[in-house]
Amino acid sequence: MAAGLDRDCASVSESTSDVVQPRAEKRRSQITSLLLWLPPLVFLLLFYFYPLGSIFEISLSRSEEGIWAVLQDVLASSRIRGVIGFTLGQALLSTILTLFFGLPGAYLVARYNFRGKSLLMALTGIPFVMPTLVVAAAFNALLGPRGWINLGLMGIFNLNLPPIQFTNTLGAILIAHVFYNTTIVLRILGDFWSHLDPRMEQAAQVLGANRFQVLRKVTLPLLSPALAAAALLVFIFDFTSFGVILVLGGPRFATLEVEIYNQTIQFFNLPLAAVLSIIQLVMTLGLTILYSRLTSRLNRPINLRPQAITQRRLNTWRSRLFAGAVITLLLTLLVLPLASLALRSVTRLEADMGQRGEVSQGLTLDYYRELSVNRRGSLFFRPPSTAISVSLGYAAITVLLALALGLPAAWALAGNQNSTASRLFDPLLMLPLGTSAVTLGFGFLVAFDQPPLDLRASPVLIPLAHTLVAFPFVVRSLTPALRSIRPNIRQAAAVLGASPGRVFRLVDLPLIGRALLVAAVFAFTISIGEFGATALIYRPEFPTVPIAIFRYLSQPGGLNYGQALALSTILMVITGGGLLAIERFRVAEIGEF
Amino acid sequence: MFRKLLMVGFVFLFILSACAEEPDQGTTSVPTTADEGTSAEETPAGARQLRVMTHDSFAISEEVAQEFEETHNVELQILQSGDTGTALNRAILSKNNPLADVFYGVDNTYLTRSLDEGIFEPYQSPQLANIPEQYRLDSQNRALPVDWGDVCLNYDKIYFEEIGIEPPQTLEDLLEPEYESLLVVENPASSSPGLAFLLATIGVFGEDGYLEYWEGLVENDVLVVQDWNTAYYTEFSGSSGRGPRPIVVSYGSSPAAEVIFADPPIEEPPTASVTADNTCFRQIEFVGILSGTPNRDLAELWVDFMLSTTFQEDMPMQMFVFPVLEDAELDDAFQQYMEIPENPVQVDVETISENREEWLQAWTETVLQ
Repeated sequence: MAAGLDRDCASVSESTSDVVQPRAEKRRSQITSLLLWLPPLVFLLLFYFYPLGSIFEISLSRSEEGIWAVLQDVLASSRIRGVIGFTLGQALLSTILTLFFGLPGAYLVARYNFRGKSLLMALTGIPFVMPTLVVAAAFNALLGPRGWINLGLMGIFNLNLPPIQFTNTLGAILIAHVFYNTTIVLRILGDFWSHLDPRMEQAAQVLGANRFQVLRKVTLPLLSPALAAAALLVFIFDFTSFGVILVLGGPRFATLEVEIYNQTIQFFNLPLAAVLSIIQLVMTLGLTILYSRLTSRLNRPINLRPQAITQRRLNTWRSRLFAGAVITLLLTLLVLPLASLALRSVTRLEADMGQRGEVSQGLTLDYYRELSVNRRGSLFFRPPSTAISVSLGYAAITVLLALALGLPAAWALAGNQNSTASRLFDPLLMLPLGTSAVTLGFGFLVAFDQPPLDLRASPVLIPLAHTLVAFPFVVRSLTPALRSIRPNIRQAAAVLGASPGRVFRLVDLPLIGRALLVAAVFAFTISIGEFGATALIYRPEFPTVPIAIFRYLSQPGGLNYGQALALSTILMVITGGGLLAIERFRVAEIGEF
Repeated sequence: MFRKLLMVGFVFLFILSACAEEPDQGTTSVPTTADEGTSAEETPAGARQLRVMTHDSFAISEEVAQEFEETHNVELQILQSGDTGTALNRAILSKNNPLADVFYGVDNTYLTRSLDEGIFEPYQSPQLANIPEQYRLDSQNRALPVDWGDVCLNYDKIYFEEIGIEPPQTLEDLLEPEYESLLVVENPASSSPGLAFLLATIGVFGEDGYLEYWEGLVENDVLVVQDWNTAYYTEFSGSSGRGPRPIVVSYGSSPAAEVIFADPPIEEPPTASVTADNTCFRQIEFVGILSGTPNRDLAELWVDFMLSTTFQEDMPMQMFVFPVLEDAELDDAFQQYMEIPENPVQVDVETISENREEWLQAWTETVLQ
């Protein structure tokens, strides 16, 4: 086969291989694809489709009129149509904003090498794991009615009322979504971008294209697979947003996810909740199919280059100015709220009782000390070390499980995208992200109620649930990298006598080392921060850190509030440390080539 | 092409068969429950296991739990299962194959749902004799009262001292201009104190009048937030969050909690509750034995224990609620700072459960849209 052909266009190479490949070989490739799909598929069937099917069946059996009647009611209700419209609209806006703020950052980390870069990446990854209640507290410390910005403005302009209204606005929802999800863009896009050969852009410039033309005609088309993957993940996260809408958006805003929760918990209208869940799933599926169609057209094998070649130092004043601006933007948006929260966790709040308006004086570590004190002799008290080790333990299992399942799926997707199995199963991968946590939580409850699978009260369910959420991230991080490996490198290795396993180890693995790390980072952070599903299935003896924070926040009193903030700060430190450690974990031959 | 179709069929069959397994399990659930029971009884050291399903706010001191375990040679397994609504719904969904032997934590706003779904077995506990009639809302004793607490308006004492006006004494007061923009409440559709406050207004102004009252509150710039956390810590000025609003819907026990969890220790709570007649709503929490438990004897022991002096005296400092047992003694801090409304608002439990959805819908349309 001519090497030049498949470099130019993926579809040409595939149609060529269709002609050239003998039938037996084609069948073998189909079978390989199916075999690769088997482990992730069995996992999804057992821990996703089975519980989901169970809860839908039970829910719908509680309705006398049947699913179609409920569906008609839903579609006829202008309120629910409004909810669907709002869900889509805010997700679209949030995604555009997130990309807008994430792109310059992705360019910076992709093209430049500078000191403190891994620290910057770790810091920007922390928001992703923070529980919504804590994030709300963080934003309020900054932008709330008594936040520093409002207090400052009131002081300067002599105002009686806080000038900035933050909570209960659409703006709060959008800002929080950007806050949470920018790291997805930074990581997925930044990683892919860092391996694009800058010489193509340089060539375009030499040929007389201006910067804008280069961006539009060269960079963006090359980036489009990763851009689409990042946008899809961000969109689905915003689309199924729950905590942000509840806590920061306030009662006037409801997404489908919020509506499903209300119908399930408050009204116990399970048929309606099930129909809404199905609508949400169908929309997720539709999006994913759209995405798959799009990317199969966008993907082309390209020369991935090591970062040593693609990255420059910040030598020119122009690049320094750019880096300074981008870093300031990222720090303001993603780190400042967290920093204000950390500051509050060491600030004594009760000391100024009666001196209203003054924020506080006096630093203290009391809240941290108090974390290890079981003041009331409670049975459920656990020192923070327990919560931390439980969280880290679940995260480790999630990383291993998600990589073990995600790698074969990504490989199958990349290797033979047009195999029957890939075309069928690819869209299914994203479904767990589009599933309401409360629906799935109740699904676990009704599905695994029989030995040998009576897992309802088992701590095993938690890493399994986390893996369901992490798995799509792993696949989406790995697939673009795997797809962009030019088949002729693999073929060359195979021709030289390497077995498929050896090809994978010596060709694919080093080429996707970075992407593998990105995938591990996502699995880790998802597990550390997950709250919705965990809250439904956790055991009080094994609280995760977010659960422990939530427990402090649900009781009145300054000490409880301080301890919640202290534990949140500990969560930030652990997450930051974990991210740094994973970035360092790079073995010499993995990641660099 | 044909092979592709076969594939599609195969996958759907696979998925369908996974779903279809479900009904079988429902029908075979009774014998399996018994199996599970015997296996639970065979835990090492001869200790049998008692599973108590409850909400996240459940708390008990280690000592008291141990006392129960040692006296009856039982191993306690507490399954905290989310907030009250979530925990109850989990109990209902698993009623064919119960997750636990006992369920604690259903309150009077959810009582009828739990009884209608038939998740409890009646139990005439001997301890019931010591519990006042007013708390015993289920005449068949499927759900037995354990504790009660009031949802009341809380206010920031310093704010009212500084401004020099009196804190509100009735719900009508909140419509007065001097209380404009001072009140923050929780959304009753997502928050249990929020629902309690809505019920209080329905109790006071009637089903015909409460919406008009709420319209008045909206005109007086009431702030509605989604949950208790946001209301109390972000918007309320009396607690640690230092928000802008000095009146909040919270619990009658919140001022006491402010003292008990103060750092550094303080003498006087910075907040107080309004406990005048017809301003608070009383929540009563119940315990019940889950239908079909193989450990009925242990479950009975646990229910008796929850109604005993030991547990009833431990509970207030753990969960900030009041014991139903009249001769239970209260902790000093609790007694000193707790103000108890003499005449909280009464709303019949049947009426609540019949109208809950309708009321919430009407409220949402009036207040939020």
